[in-house]
Amino acid sequence: MSAAPASTFEDQLRELAPQVLGALVRRYGHFDACEDAVQEALLAAAVQWPDQGVPQNPRGWLVTVASRRVTDQLRSDQARRRREDTTGALAPRDQVEVPDRDDTLTLLFLCCHPALSPASQLALTLRAVGGLTTAQIASAFLVPEATMAQRISRAKQRVKATGIPFELPAEAERADRLSVVLHVLYLIFNEGYTATSGPHLHRTDLTGQAIRLTRAVHRLLPEDGEVAGLLALMLLTDARRPARTRPDGSLVPLEEQDRARWDQPAIKEGVTLVTDALARAPIGPYQLQAAIAAVHDEALTAADTDWRQILALYDLLERLAPNPMVTLNRAVAVAMVRGPEDALDLLATLDADDRMARHYRLAAVRAHLLEMAGDTAVARAGYQTAARRTTSLPERRYLESRAARLRDAR
Amino acid sequence: MKYMLLIYQNPATWETFSEEERNRVMNEVGELMEELTQSGEWIGGEGLADPSNTKTVRVRDKVPAVTDGPFVESKEQLAGYCIVECETPERATEIAARWPDARYWAMEVRPIMEPGGEEM
Repeated sequence: MSAAPASTFEDQLRELAPQVLGALVRRYGHFDACEDAVQEALLAAAVQWPDQGVPQNPRGWLVTVASRRVTDQLRSDQARRRREDTTGALAPRDQVEVPDRDDTLTLLFLCCHPALSPASQLALTLRAVGGLTTAQIASAFLVPEATMAQRISRAKQRVKATGIPFELPAEAERADRLSVVLHVLYLIFNEGYTATSGPHLHRTDLTGQAIRLTRAVHRLLPEDGEVAGLLALMLLTDARRPARTRPDGSLVPLEEQDRARWDQPAIKEGVTLVTDALARAPIGPYQLQAAIAAVHDEALTAADTDWRQILALYDLLERLAPNPMVTLNRAVAVAMVRGPEDALDLLATLDADDRMARHYRLAAVRAHLLEMAGDTAVARAGYQTAARRTTSLPERRYLESRAARLRDAR
Repeated sequence: MKYMLLIYQNPATWETFSEEERNRVMNEVGELMEELTQSGEWIGGEGLADPSNTKTVRVRDKVPAVTDGPFVESKEQLAGYCIVECETPERATEIAARWPDARYWAMEVRPIMEPGGEEM
């Protein structure tokens, strides 16, 4: 038994949450009831451990407490059912040995099942696999706790109703299912990463949670290049977080960031991960995006950025996973290598795309290229258009300041 | 994405509704709110008091001037709002179209600004 600061308990509890839940679901079935029981056990531990010390076998302690809750619950459900329905009672499940295994991956596949809506996938993953409370998830996503509770309970009802099994998907569909899991982890990361300082500090915890969960998946699937690629992408992106906002919450563009504030150990880890993945695994979009982030992170100054390499990586990415957002980013690289005129020609191809034509990012990139080309008046109007189209407060503020800078320069 | 759905009503027409019609509209709203709560899309919302209770405040040369009545004199007045979180803008519009006020007057769908963003 040892005393430790509260955050250590919290981290330890979150690490154990999916393992305890896995053990319970294997023993009792009833994902829904087991998930509630694990949350109650986690709460009990959060109250008791800081005072009484961490038990010798924390996982065993949690499994025991949660088991007691879940059997109580199932017994009272059964008694009620017996009262309501005299035709037959549910036979108690045999007690089975709890194998010492890590069910994190199986749980992730369940929480990120395609039958659930994206909002439900995110919420359920953070609660059942991440070990976060409903209140913490609600605060991170800026919604009332009741709304988040409803999303989680609906997700669990859906798991029950569609009979999603607690097992790894069949080999044939595993790759597709894993890509959904990775996408959910990416969305959780992004939700936290785009949060700026100010009254919403809880949100930035999400990047840490996403990295932690992706790390767990990487530990379980070390051979998978895209898992490694996603983890690298998160680390290489998050490494810039200390420099990407000013204390007032406004955004600092990449080229103006104070690179001394970037997190070098995270960059080193990300670079090693992506270099290794590219050398031995089949190439994929997360690895390429991580490689692009690595080129940015390794440049000592913005002027040192190897734009030729970035362009080559975007060429590959566009071939592998064509998408207008990739084209947009590639246009920036084209401008840096071949000049803004070629890049503006490339952007013109996006005007026909319904998804992109009214997107603020297209207007913002075009304004940036026009500014590079010296077409100040049109660039200024473009920044203003982009500022009107974005639904992000810090982005609007940034775009308005770019427009104002051009007005003042005249 | 969160959306604010602004509910517009013409108080003069509302007053001409029969008790039965008013109850039907209110029940419809209640059912819709329940459905949106169940789906996890409901964030919140309130109804507003009759426009005659409005005060408009303007400060000019540091002097506040408070006048009775809404800022804009028009037949259709803001009667309430709700906030929903939807996967797509189409879904937000669909919810607005099902609000009974949309049949009689109008609903406005406005995206709510997000506090986060990406550096460029």
